Amino acid sequence: MKREEIKVCVLRVGGTNCDTETKRAFDELGVQTEVVHVNEMVKRRNLLEYNALVFPGGFSHGDYVRAGAIWAKLILAKLHKELKTFVYENRPILGICNGFQVLVEAGLLPGFDNISPYPKAALATNFPPGYNCRWIYIKHENNEKCIFTRKIPKGKILRMPVAHSQGRFIFTKEKEKQHLNRLYENDQLVFRYCDKNGEYAEGRFPTNPNGSFHDIVGICNPEGTIFGLMPHPERAFYWWQQPDWTRQAQMPQYGDGKPIFESLIEYLLKKF
Amino acid sequence: MKFQLRIEVSLKPGHSDPEGETTAHLLNELGYKIERVNVSKVYSGILETESLKEAQMKAEEMCKRLLANPTKDNYAIMIEEEK
Repeated sequence: MKREEIKVCVLRVGGTNCDTETKRAFDELGVQTEVVHVNEMVKRRNLLEYNALVFPGGFSHGDYVRAGAIWAKLILAKLHKELKTFVYENRPILGICNGFQVLVEAGLLPGFDNISPYPKAALATNFPPGYNCRWIYIKHENNEKCIFTRKIPKGKILRMPVAHSQGRFIFTKEKEKQHLNRLYENDQLVFRYCDKNGEYAEGRFPTNPNGSFHDIVGICNPEGTIFGLMPHPERAFYWWQQPDWTRQAQMPQYGDGKPIFESLIEYLLKKF
Repeated sequence: MKFQLRIEVSLKPGHSDPEGETTAHLLNELGYKIERVNVSKVYSGILETESLKEAQMKAEEMCKRLLANPTKDNYAIMIEEEK
């Protein structure tokens, strides 16, 4: 597959945001990207027209019931067959912030047993509570299973913004240890919160901005083709999106979010 | 048959409840000696089914499919026939 043949779908619905930034990031890398409303997808389009799917950030359906829950169940009800084929064919799915919440609520992540009928994890209310919008540091933990981070060396520290009120990744209490072991065994742990020197947050606020279990920022499925994370790589794509760009004499042209999009494209170029 | 449905979704014991903790803190600031506050969500509605048994089954299904996340939530269902 050639770069210009790659088609990425950024799915949107009432309440999503950063779909335009996400499209711009892919456009910059020379692939075709469309922002498609979920109703349009259900009525007139087919998910399988696309090689990759992105659930962007935001507050889909007003975050009612739980963040991401309504959109997740809607997609399972309306696009179940196409989505199943998409997953089965290892076409990549990226969930950013609210998109991560959708993937967890849909049972696609952690995906220990493919698509689970009920969520096996949750993105609960932040601790300390409240909407948290700040730039944070994250450490890359993956050993190349995750196709979205293969261009990022293990142990590299990246800087990205978070903006959410329900981002505390948790497992059910009685299976916390067991599920964490599975994440490590399957190489599903992708990023953890850390400080600028790479020391893990160990739950401390604001280095860990939401109280996430084991400082978990993002995870992938056992196949490495579905990836969700709370920070926004599309808001850290260009140098001018970074908070200190006016104070720096010189900055690299791109921010730390770029290799995530590049890795996805490289996977598609090689695989299909 | 029509049934009045009341579903309460609350956090499982052991899971932290930041909303409850913040509320408890403020209530204490206001002079109330309250030890702990737990926040839960109540959904109520009218459900139409053939029988009470079916209504109970459907309500259970609603909780599992949407209203509760089994990772952190418990739920309690109350059903009464509408008169």
